[in-house]
Amino acid sequence: MYTYIGKRLLLAIPTLIIISIFAFSLQKLLPGDPILAMAGEERDPQVLEFLRDKYRLNDPIIYQYFYWVGGVLRGDLGISLRTNQPVLTLIAQKLPVTIQLAVMAMAFALAIGVPIGILAAVKKNTMVDYIANIVALSGLSVPNFWMGIMLILLVSVKLGLLPASGYEPFFSNPLRSLQTMLMPAFVIGLALAATLMRHTRSSMLTVLSADYIRTARAKGVSERAVILEHSFRNALLPIITLTALLFGELLAGAVLTEQIFTIPGFGKLIVDAVFNRDYAVVQGVVLCTGAGFILMNLVADVLYILLNPRMRAAL
Amino acid sequence: MKKVQLLATLLASVLLTIPVSAAELRIGLQDDADVLDPAQSRTFVGRIVYTSLCDKLVDVNPSLEIVPQLATDWKWSDDGSELTMNLRQNVVFHDETPFNAAAVVANIQRSQTLPESRRKSELASVAKVEATSDYQVKFTLKAPDSSLLAQLTDRAGMMVSPKAAAELGANFGNKPVCSGPFKFVERVQQDRIVLEKFPHYWNAANIFIDKVTFLPIPDSTVRLANLQAGDLDMLERLAATDAAAVKNDAKLTYADAIGVGYMALYTNIANGPRADNPFGKDKRLRQAFSLAIDRDAVNQVVYEGTSVAGNQPFPPNSPWFDKDIPVPARDIDKAKALMKEAGHETLDIDLQIANNPVQMQMMQIIQSMVAEAGFNVKLKTTEFATLLSEQTAGNYQLGRSDWSGRVDPDGNLHQFVTCKGGINDTKYCNPEVDTLLNDARKSTDNAVRKQKYDAAAQILNDDLPIIYLGHQAWIWALKKNVTGFIPSPDGMIRLQGVKKS
Amino acid sequence: MTMQQVIQNAPPTRAQNRAWKKLKANKSALVGLVIITFFIVLAIIAPLLPLADPLATNWSAIRKAPSAAHWLGTDDIGRDILSRMIWGARASLMAGVFSVGIAVAIGVPLGLISGYFGGWIDMIISRITEAFLAMPFLITAIALAAFLGPSLVNAMIAIGFSAMPLFVRLTRGQVLTVKTEDYVEGARSVGLGHYRIITRYILPNVFSPLLVQASLTIATAIIAEASLSFLGLGQQPPSPSWGSMLNVAKNFLSQAPWMAMWPGAAIFLVVIGFNLLGDGLRDALDPREA
Repeated sequence: MYTYIGKRLLLAIPTLIIISIFAFSLQKLLPGDPILAMAGEERDPQVLEFLRDKYRLNDPIIYQYFYWVGGVLRGDLGISLRTNQPVLTLIAQKLPVTIQLAVMAMAFALAIGVPIGILAAVKKNTMVDYIANIVALSGLSVPNFWMGIMLILLVSVKLGLLPASGYEPFFSNPLRSLQTMLMPAFVIGLALAATLMRHTRSSMLTVLSADYIRTARAKGVSERAVILEHSFRNALLPIITLTALLFGELLAGAVLTEQIFTIPGFGKLIVDAVFNRDYAVVQGVVLCTGAGFILMNLVADVLYILLNPRMRAAL
Repeated sequence: MKKVQLLATLLASVLLTIPVSAAELRIGLQDDADVLDPAQSRTFVGRIVYTSLCDKLVDVNPSLEIVPQLATDWKWSDDGSELTMNLRQNVVFHDETPFNAAAVVANIQRSQTLPESRRKSELASVAKVEATSDYQVKFTLKAPDSSLLAQLTDRAGMMVSPKAAAELGANFGNKPVCSGPFKFVERVQQDRIVLEKFPHYWNAANIFIDKVTFLPIPDSTVRLANLQAGDLDMLERLAATDAAAVKNDAKLTYADAIGVGYMALYTNIANGPRADNPFGKDKRLRQAFSLAIDRDAVNQVVYEGTSVAGNQPFPPNSPWFDKDIPVPARDIDKAKALMKEAGHETLDIDLQIANNPVQMQMMQIIQSMVAEAGFNVKLKTTEFATLLSEQTAGNYQLGRSDWSGRVDPDGNLHQFVTCKGGINDTKYCNPEVDTLLNDARKSTDNAVRKQKYDAAAQILNDDLPIIYLGHQAWIWALKKNVTGFIPSPDGMIRLQGVKKS
Repeated sequence: MTMQQVIQNAPPTRAQNRAWKKLKANKSALVGLVIITFFIVLAIIAPLLPLADPLATNWSAIRKAPSAAHWLGTDDIGRDILSRMIWGARASLMAGVFSVGIAVAIGVPLGLISGYFGGWIDMIISRITEAFLAMPFLITAIALAAFLGPSLVNAMIAIGFSAMPLFVRLTRGQVLTVKTEDYVEGARSVGLGHYRIITRYILPNVFSPLLVQASLTIATAIIAEASLSFLGLGQQPPSPSWGSMLNVAKNFLSQAPWMAMWPGAAIFLVVIGFNLLGDGLRDALDPREA
C-alpha cells in the first residue's frame, strides 16, 4: 500500500509539470497585454518597458518558466501584478475559504444526493423515482447565479435570516462564518447532488441486479438488509471515487457562486486574475489547485482499493 | 450590597466611557481596487478608497471648483510658469511623521522618478518642485499648464509619508501610510479593505465614522441586496434599473450626480492597417452614424433617464460644454443622405465592445438604430484586457470605451485627440486641434480656455474621431441612518461630515 | 468449465432490436425522447414558423410581460422572447450535443486504449488527462475560446475539450474493472483480436456510466455556454442562446422575472429530457438486465 502511494506521489510530478506548462502557455495563448492593463492611462514607454522588465515579460517564455520553477522550488510564487501582494500570501488567504466552502457544499451534496439516489433506485420506474429525478436534476439545470440571487432576495432581503454575501473567517466567528457560507454551499451542493444522485441510482441498480443480491433475496434476507448492507456497500465504491473527484474540482473554486455571494475563494481569484492578465497569480493558483486535485484523486483511489477486496489482492 | 452597588457604578462608568457603539460604515464597491499606492494605481475604485485614506494638496467641491485641502492657498505667477502653494500646518501622516514642504517635494519627486510610477504623464509639465519655506512649495513648469492644479486634486497630488515610501519603495501599496482621515488596517484581496479613524487627522472634528470597510461586490443586484439586508450602509454605482426600487424603499436614500466622464465610440482613424476603411477615412459616414443614433431613447431604455445625452466630452450642464453645438436629435433622412453622398447604400462595421451586460444592451440598441441608416454593425464582445490591447494596437474599426472623467477639461480631451496624446488610440491627428488644446492648457484664464475648447469642439464635432454618446450618472444608495453624504460629479465618496446614527 | 463455455456465459452482446424494444417499453425514456424531439424539431423549423424577428428591437415595448402580442413577453430592449427562445434553441441544443459529442468521441477511445492496453500508453494518457482534469473547467474553456477566437462553434469546441478528460477517466476506470471479468479473459485466451474484444466485450459493458455522464454533461454544457457567452466568448449578440438570455435576465430578476423564467424552464426541460432518455438507454443497453 505504501509503495503504491509513494509511486502515485511520484507520478504526480509529471502531471504537475504538464499543468504548470499549460498554465504558463496561457501567457502566450491569451490576447491582451498585462502591462497595458495595469498601467492605465500612463503610456510613457519607459514606464511600460520598466514594468515589462520588472516582471520578466521581456524574457523568452522558456526562461520565464524555468525562473518560475526555480522560485516554486524555493517556495516563492512571485507577486501579483495587480496588487503587488505575494502570490503565496493570496493563496494562504483563499485556501481556508475554499476548503470551508468545499466541505460544506460536499456535505449538502452527499446529504441530498445519496439518499435520493438510493430511493430512486429501489423504487425504480415509480412515481417516487420520477420525482426524485426531477428534484435532483432541477439542482443541476437551474444556473447557480439564478439560484443564488433568488436565495439572497428571499432569505436575506425578505426574511432577514442570513447575511446576503461576504465572508467571515471561521476562527474569528464560527457561527457567522457558517451562516455566511450556508447559502453558497447549498447552491453548489444542490448542483453536485444531482450528479451524485444520478450515479448512486445507476450504481445501485447495477448492484441490485447482480447475482449475489438475487441470491441474498432468495435466501430470505430482509429487503432492508439487502438494500443497506449488501447493495449499498458495494454501490458505494463508485460514489466514493466520485465524491473525491468532485471535491478535487471544488478546490479549484466555484466561480459563479463565489462571484454572486462575494466569497473570496480560489474561483474568483483565478478568474479575476485571468481577466486582468495577472499571470503570476494564475500560475500559482493553478499549480496549487492542481496539486489539491491530484491529492484528492489519490485519496479516491486509495479508498477504492481499501474497500474493494479484489483490487486489494491485485496489489 | 455596597459591593454590588460599587460594581454597578463601576460597570456603568466603564460603559459610559466607551462610545455607545463605534460607528462603522460598510461601503459596497463595484470592483476590487488594484495596488493601494497613489503613485502606481489606476482603478476608479482605488480612487474612492484614497478619498478616505490619502489627503491631496487640493480637492474639488461638488461644483467642481478647486478648494484647499493640504494646501491652504496657491498662486500662479503671471506667465503661468510657476505655482506657489502655502501648506497647512500641524498635519501629521499616519505614522506621526510631520507633513511639510519637504514632504511635498518628496512626494512629487517620487511620482516623477519611481520607475513603477503611473503619474509621470500627469506631472510631465513639472520641471522642478522646491521647498521655499517650511510650509511653502513652488512648482516650476516646463511650459504653462493650467491642468496641473486639477491633477493635484487626484492621485498625483496625494501625500504619502515620505518615510514609509522610502522604506517600502514599490511595495508601499501593501501597507499604505497616508495623511487622510482614515488609516489603513488591512486588506484581503477581493474581500475587503478596512480603514479606521486616524485620531490625529487635521480635520478630525468633521469625521464621525470610526471604521470604514470597503467591500468589492461586482454584481449590482447582489450589492443592492446586501444594502437591503442591512449588510452594507452604502453602495456606489447602483444599476440605473434599480433606481426606482431604491427611491421607493422607505429604508433607503437615493443620491446621484451626472459624472464628469463620458460614454463614446472611438473610430480607428489612422492606427495601423485596419484604419484603412471607408468609415475611418470618410467623416460623412461617421456623421451619418452619429445622426442615426437616438441618444435620448438610449438614455431612457438603458439608464431609465438617469444619464444625459451628449455629443461632447463634457456633459451639457458643464460650463465647458459648447452651447453652439447642441446634442443632435435623430435624423435618419439626413444620415441616409450623407451615406449616399459618401457613395454607400450600406456599410459593414465591426464594433468592439466590452462584455459588460449594460454596454451590450446599449450597443445592441444602437446597432438596430443605425441599421435603419444602412449600417450593418457586427458586435464583437471581448473582455477588458483584450479590448484594451486591441485598441492600443489598432486592431479595431470602431470601439466602445468609457472615460470616468477628470475635473479639468484638459483631462477629458488632450490625451485622447492630440497627435501625440498618451491614450490617443484613434491616432486622429489635426495640427489645428493640437494648437487649440495646447493653447488652452497654457492659459490660466478660463474665458480664454473656453474659447479655445469651443473652437476645438467645432472641429472635432465635424471630424468625429470620437462619437460621444452621453454621460452616465454616478448613483449611490444609502441606508436612511447614514446622513450628510454629498454626491459629487467626480464619483468619489467623501466621508467628511457623514454620520451614522 | 471450458473456455468456450465461459464465452457463451458472457453477457449477450447488444442486439439492436431488443434494445429498441426495451426502450419503447420504458415510459420515462419515451417521455425524454418526446421532450428532446420537440425542442429539436422546433429548432429546425424555426425559419418556417410565423415568428417575430428575434433581433428586432422595439423601444416602446421594453420588458413587457407576456401578452397576446408577445406570448412570452419582451426582453430588455423590446425583442420578442418567444422568437428568441425558439431561435436560441438552435444555439443551446447544438452547444449541448456537439460539445458532449466532441468529449465522447475523443474521450471514450482514449479511455478504452488507456485502460485496455495499460503500460506506457496508459501512463501518458492518464497523466495528460489528470492535468486537464486538474485545470479548472472555466479556465480551460476561457483559454481555448480566447485562443480560437470568440464564436459559438469555438465555444462548443472549448466546452467539449474541457469535458473530455472526465470521459477518458470514467471509461478507463470501467475498462479496468471489466478487463478482469472472466468473459474478457476467456475471449483473450481464445485469441480474439484487441479490436474485437474492445468493441464486442468491453465497450457494451462500460456503456451505462458513460451514458449517465453524457446526459448530465449535456446539461453542464448548455449552462457552460451561458457562462462563456457572458464572458464574450460564446454566442455573439444580438443572436440568442438560452444561456445568454439567462445572463441578461439576471439583472432584471425583480423587474422582469419572465426574462429568466422561459430560458430557465427550457434548459430544465431539456436537461430532464436528456437524462430520462439516458436512463432508458442505459437500461435498454445494460447486458446484465433481462
